[in-house]
Amino acid sequence: MSTAALNEAHHHDATGAKIGMWLFLFTEFLLFGGLFLVYAEYRTIYATDFHYAAMSLNLLIGAFNTLILLTSSLTMALSIAALERGLRRLSCVLLVVTIGFGLFFLVNKYFEWSEKFHHGLYPGSEVLAGRTPGEGVFYGLYFAMTGLHALHVVIGLVVLGAMLGIVARKPRLKARVEGLAPARLVLQDASGQTIWSREVAEPPEAVELALVYPEHDEVREPQVTKLENSGLYWHLVDVIWIFLFPLFYLIS
Amino acid sequence: MSSSETPSRAHPSYLEDSGRHKGILGWLLSVDHKRIGILYLVSIACFFFIGVTIGILMRLEMLTAGPTIVQPQTYNALFTLHGVIMIFLFIIPGIPAILGNFFLPIQIGARDVAFPRLNLLSWYCYIAGAVIAVASLFTGGGPPDTGWTFYVPFSIRTGTNVTLAVFGAFILGFSSILTGLNFITTIHRLRAPGMDWFKMPLFTWSLYATAWVQILATPVLAITLVLVMLERLFGLGLFDPAKGGDPILYQHLFWIYSHPAVYIMILPAMGVISEIFPAFARQKIYGYKAIAFSSLAIAFVGYLVWGHHMFTSGMSDTSRLVFSLLTFFVAIPSGVKVFNWVSTLYKGAIVVPPPMLYALSFIFLFAIGGLTGIIQSALATNIHVHDTYWIVGHFHYVMFGGAAWGFFAGLLYWFPKMTGRMYNFRPVFVAWVLMFVGFNMLYFTMLVLGWMGMPRRYYDFLPPFHTGHVIATVGSWFLVSGLVILAATLIRGLRRGAPAPADPWGGTTLEWRIASPPPTENFHEIPTVTHGPYDRPEISV
Repeated sequence: MSTAALNEAHHHDATGAKIGMWLFLFTEFLLFGGLFLVYAEYRTIYATDFHYAAMSLNLLIGAFNTLILLTSSLTMALSIAALERGLRRLSCVLLVVTIGFGLFFLVNKYFEWSEKFHHGLYPGSEVLAGRTPGEGVFYGLYFAMTGLHALHVVIGLVVLGAMLGIVARKPRLKARVEGLAPARLVLQDASGQTIWSREVAEPPEAVELALVYPEHDEVREPQVTKLENSGLYWHLVDVIWIFLFPLFYLIS
Repeated sequence: MSSSETPSRAHPSYLEDSGRHKGILGWLLSVDHKRIGILYLVSIACFFFIGVTIGILMRLEMLTAGPTIVQPQTYNALFTLHGVIMIFLFIIPGIPAILGNFFLPIQIGARDVAFPRLNLLSWYCYIAGAVIAVASLFTGGGPPDTGWTFYVPFSIRTGTNVTLAVFGAFILGFSSILTGLNFITTIHRLRAPGMDWFKMPLFTWSLYATAWVQILATPVLAITLVLVMLERLFGLGLFDPAKGGDPILYQHLFWIYSHPAVYIMILPAMGVISEIFPAFARQKIYGYKAIAFSSLAIAFVGYLVWGHHMFTSGMSDTSRLVFSLLTFFVAIPSGVKVFNWVSTLYKGAIVVPPPMLYALSFIFLFAIGGLTGIIQSALATNIHVHDTYWIVGHFHYVMFGGAAWGFFAGLLYWFPKMTGRMYNFRPVFVAWVLMFVGFNMLYFTMLVLGWMGMPRRYYDFLPPFHTGHVIATVGSWFLVSGLVILAATLIRGLRRGAPAPADPWGGTTLEWRIASPPPTENFHEIPTVTHGPYDRPEISV
């Protein structure tokens, strides 16, 4: 009984963290959902205009960016798998690769957008003023939706950058034994915050565990959960793009 | 698990224990759900009184025809600000962020919410959004004059500072979403042993339903407001008819959020009432499951009725019929609740201290709000009353008479627990009389004026409406004096009130099992729940 009795107060709740993350992802989907709704209406009203407007998008860059994002999702998933197996270094490398892909995506986006601006294809431009209203609405949507998506890529990169710092650092833990019977083994991180604790039957057993636990799965778990949640966010960015790509580039 | 009852000095109350930081930082950096609840209480109360002040200025302006105290453009700004402040800064966060933050964890037997730091972040989002909204008054082209709905195309054409105000509302949305996310996770993960879903207090149930609406509706508003900003900054043309955009689409997107938002406002108030009735009728609540499920039903049906704000905007007859029918459906779960509350009173040993008095009058006022709502969900009547004072009267009966009275009832009910002190009952009764009389003078007259044809948001009026406007304005004075007395009594109680016992009312839920004010982590030992939230073992023997 005693070893199984966990201290609820500070115990890491991975399931809770994931529920929270998924709820947040729902809100993100609904945020883009509003835009997809707007797209659906204008696609219906201005079917022909959308068709012609879409033909001037650069399919090659779009397809290439799709490939980049999909691959980055793969390296993200591999990074999580690596950390789960305790391969901290590999996990970091894969995370860096993911960030690299994300930056690559943004660079392509920059060239793609500048080309559009160069050709005068942006809201309020003289070129678009001379075309049909539907084409204007198409470019309004194009910039709003890919722009919001690009913003999410940037946020995702910031999150992944922060995660790199978290994953790269081996948790420096202080182990402390409190009480006699039942004894309690407490692990604290560098800032003195209790990240894990457990009741054990005997103090000697707790001391023994104190030597072993810093590399134990349960101690690594908070890091893995954080990386998984960041990964979920990155996949969201990917999934949104999977819908944006055909809607803007392929249907023409 | 063998721990004896420890002396209370070992567990200081949350008011004394400021945690790692001292003084004001002990509040501003606290991640304790109770302290965050108090932070919200103070900030929301400030904005509420700003909103009230603007409201009374508007009524004063309408006392006489023509200019009374302000110019027309100022009046446009006043009704916009009154709406924005009352809706985004008071009613939407009101009950969930103050009372919910404070009592949700305690009611389910938890030590805190699932994400305490995120909880504090929500409060900072609230403050940031509020500061930005207030800043929009003094910067750019002056305070926004669009009404709180920010309807296009006016909101993209007006020279006033709509962009910043809309950005403030966008940030406030984050606060609302994060609170909702936190509450759902808390309820799923942190219920005490034995606290199964149907042993949860009904206030918690209502917060659960509300939290889902917060999460699923707010993002749609967020993106809509972002589009308005982009429209103003870059002229995207998505809502601008001159550029091929569709303004009606804006209205759809806006109400897809803003109608469910009405249930963000009212559901928690209904939850408060469901706590107060069994406590003061000394009875188990009648129809526990019906009340719990009706909260979910209202949250669900609430998503499907946004079109009823747009019956005159241009929609097909089919959509109007469907939206009208679905709107009637909202009355069913609402009626279920009202009948269950009233049935709870049957054969009860009813006592009527202040919280119960406000709860009882909630039923009266909410019933008027609800029934007038049914009247305007009928298509033909709706066209008659659309954009008149009738609508203003109706939603004040629901929002103020419903949500805000529920909030007052809840505040009076939980004040002793939150502060550890009682307040003086007699001035609260005086305040109630003033508020109740003033409220009905103000808003019932509005219903009548609207039915006669007085349009809302007009700066001026024709002679036949004069008497009505005078009655309403005088009513607003009664209402505000009542509010001031109520606030003063509570503030006095806070400083000089008698110490409150752990359970001053005879409540049955978990918060009445711990000290007033509660200790830092609520429970020395997480309780094991063995009976329902409203069971009274001492009298059922």
